[in-house]
Amino acid sequence: MIETINFKLNGEPAQLKVEGERKLLWVLRSDLGLTGAKYGCGEGICGACTVLINNRAVRSCQVPIKEIKGKEIITIEGLAKNGKLHPLQKAFLEQGALQCGFCTPGMIMNAYSLLLEKPQPAEAEIIRTMDDNLCRCGAHVRIVQAIRGAAIEMKGRRRG
Amino acid sequence: MKEHQSPDAFSLSRREFLKAIGGGIIVFFSSEDLEAQQRRSPGYQDLPADFNAFLRIGADGRVTCLTGKIEMGQGIVTSLAQMLADELDVSLDVVDMIMGDTDLCPWDMGTFGSRSTRFFGPPLREAAAEAKAILVGLASEHLRLNENQLTVKDGVVIDKNNSKTRVTYAELAKGKSIEKRLQKKPALKNVSELTIAGKPALQKDALAKVTGKAPFAGDIRVPGMLYARILRPPAHGARLKSVDTSALKNDKEVRVIQDGDLIAVLHPYPDGAEKALLKIKAEFDLPEAKVDPKTIFKHLLSVAPEGEVVTQGGNVNEGEKAAREAFEATYFNQYVAHAQIETHTALVRIDKDRVTVWASTQRPFAAKEEVAQALGIPSQRVRVITPFVGGGFGGKSQNMQAVEAARLAKLAGKPVQVAWTRQEAFFYDTFRPAAIVKIRSGVTQANQIVFWNYDVYFGGPRGAEQFYDIPHHRELSHGHYTGVPGAHPFRTGPWRAPGSNTNTFARESHIDIMAAKGGLDPLEFRLKNLKDERMIRVLKAAAEKFGWRPSPAPSGRGFGVACATDVGAYVATMAEVEVNRETGGVRVKRIVCAQDMGLAINPEGAKMQMEGSLTMGLGYALTEEVRFNGGQILDRNFRTYEIPRFSWLPKIETVLIENPGTPPAGGGEPSIVCMGGVIANAIFDATGARLFELPMTPERVKKTLTETKTKKT
Repeated sequence: MIETINFKLNGEPAQLKVEGERKLLWVLRSDLGLTGAKYGCGEGICGACTVLINNRAVRSCQVPIKEIKGKEIITIEGLAKNGKLHPLQKAFLEQGALQCGFCTPGMIMNAYSLLLEKPQPAEAEIIRTMDDNLCRCGAHVRIVQAIRGAAIEMKGRRRG
Repeated sequence: MKEHQSPDAFSLSRREFLKAIGGGIIVFFSSEDLEAQQRRSPGYQDLPADFNAFLRIGADGRVTCLTGKIEMGQGIVTSLAQMLADELDVSLDVVDMIMGDTDLCPWDMGTFGSRSTRFFGPPLREAAAEAKAILVGLASEHLRLNENQLTVKDGVVIDKNNSKTRVTYAELAKGKSIEKRLQKKPALKNVSELTIAGKPALQKDALAKVTGKAPFAGDIRVPGMLYARILRPPAHGARLKSVDTSALKNDKEVRVIQDGDLIAVLHPYPDGAEKALLKIKAEFDLPEAKVDPKTIFKHLLSVAPEGEVVTQGGNVNEGEKAAREAFEATYFNQYVAHAQIETHTALVRIDKDRVTVWASTQRPFAAKEEVAQALGIPSQRVRVITPFVGGGFGGKSQNMQAVEAARLAKLAGKPVQVAWTRQEAFFYDTFRPAAIVKIRSGVTQANQIVFWNYDVYFGGPRGAEQFYDIPHHRELSHGHYTGVPGAHPFRTGPWRAPGSNTNTFARESHIDIMAAKGGLDPLEFRLKNLKDERMIRVLKAAAEKFGWRPSPAPSGRGFGVACATDVGAYVATMAEVEVNRETGGVRVKRIVCAQDMGLAINPEGAKMQMEGSLTMGLGYALTEEVRFNGGQILDRNFRTYEIPRFSWLPKIETVLIENPGTPPAGGGEPSIVCMGGVIANAIFDATGARLFELPMTPERVKKTLTETKTKKT
């Protein structure tokens, strides 16, 4: 069934007229031209398609578009504000927390959701949260470091 | 990496080639390694063949390096730029890398085997030095000063005596059109003069990658494009019996394409195509399954061709006579998938007689040939553009998805994207082959290895070369990793450090067996049987970092050691494991890896490659195996095919041996090769159980623990 869906996308109001059962990932990537979220497995296992719905990380390949009515979606494209990188993006960049970069948007979005919920996560919490995001190049060590680094950086900012 | 528009660069004469890229100062160069390879490869004759890369200094002061190499996470977009910037005396920021575009970049055989820095690096540096010489010459005329009175800093040529007298590379390049083929070998800087190479650098592609803007093949959009889903057989060797597409007849958005073996649906949306494919009813005849993971090794041995000598010395029969004791063992490894997170993807657009392909490939020039052949057109009409590649590891050397997209684009008269699903990726992957290694060896009374008789079947020769100091040895390789007809029930191919993982697991396990029997510490036993100074040095460096305390295995501590040479690098790895005797589960707690790769151009990048290799290697050592029944692949997604995760992470420590006087070795692969052996040896040290088959799954470990216990009682 074609439905009209009003939602917020990276801070801006948006409207779509689409078949409600279509998955968010494909609507983002084709209808909306936001190709940051990636297809990796199609079954919600790998996390390459991770975006935020109302600040919670979801696997966009599993979410029917009708479920986002009235909600707020944040994708990797919406993370940098006014051309300024989010501390997580900066930390991934500076600490070399990526290689081929294909899983990177999903990694950053999942970590972003974690930091929203828990600004100063312990290393064990980072690992637990990130565990279902797969990376084949083996950038894991630096991804954990980058997330910790970003958390520390953000803490400093809030104080300042 | 971006789509660079070139006016008419489809038939590439050198003149047009130059016209297409504009003026400036251009130095052409080639790598001897590539020259040798291209003679054996089809298609190179269509292109200017006397060089395979060039760099250009434009009137905007930007330096562009154009190469057919591609970036897939190994970091050469940065390390190559570093080498170039250093030799040319410009900052890294003004260097642009254009990679893997078959129209703009000269022919290249492909990106694999950790070759880029080793073989491409030196001529790249020479070309940069040559370009600098040209620029200094121009500056000398421009400033009316002797060349030896000039110095260069950051792209500015300056009078040594008066720093106000200066001219920039950009000013010098303006209005010029100078092209030069690198012929003589210009003097290169000494290592001590390098300011960019050898120092950590931010990855040049990182900004695009952390913002989601980096284009991968699946991210390219062109007007009117359709997304394809292709009907696939349930097993390799299956034959289509009947197909019924009538359910799609009234769907106006769907186009059904049937062309011989290729049956596909096309749709303006990828998920639309997926839905449509489900409506096709097809029946297949399944071939009888003749092999499975249990019978595959026997089958492979029965079809293995004669061995070819990898290395040999002395006479193994003589050696056997001198031995106090002989050791014989057989080692196995199962099929392993590449499992890059980006599946094989391609978009093909056909405009009249011109074809543009955007593909995730490690071999864009091979893709060009394959597409041309499939379409029955001259390859000059095909342009392959390689956006960023989301992981390769040897698995993007075949371009089946590009051929499929090309055929569909031609049949549909529209641009078509083929992006394999994860299930397709696990089906058409060129797996690392199941392989067998048989070793018979012996030691003298003094625990010197005196003979070594080695046969590897289907793993490939890489990593079988002997580096221990053994008077009588013979290493044979039977069948390559690509297999022989009738060997494997599906395709196999190169997988990160092809051959080396198989061979290193067998060799290093076997070395430990001999050490344990002799009651010697495994590190001490290795050092006793080595003369190669570089190997001795990496072993000692790893031991120092690890805090290795000698003890014969099994010591109960769960410590392991393994060493290897690969693509010119030396690597020694130590690991600490914990074995759960109830479940057979193995947890790797700590890994220390020391690597001597000669001059490390981007040490931080090299360490990232080491960490990546060590992490990835946990998978083939512990869990990764593609289960199958004949041509049917049973593991089709990450749910059952387990790759390493965050929760597996051991403490990883890497040591780069400073060896700047030795030319760069490969860096993308060496550190992965010890992972099977080092973990097997650590499991033995923890438990006394010796594993002979990879991966060392909990089931296999538990079974071996039980058998070891029974043997003892």
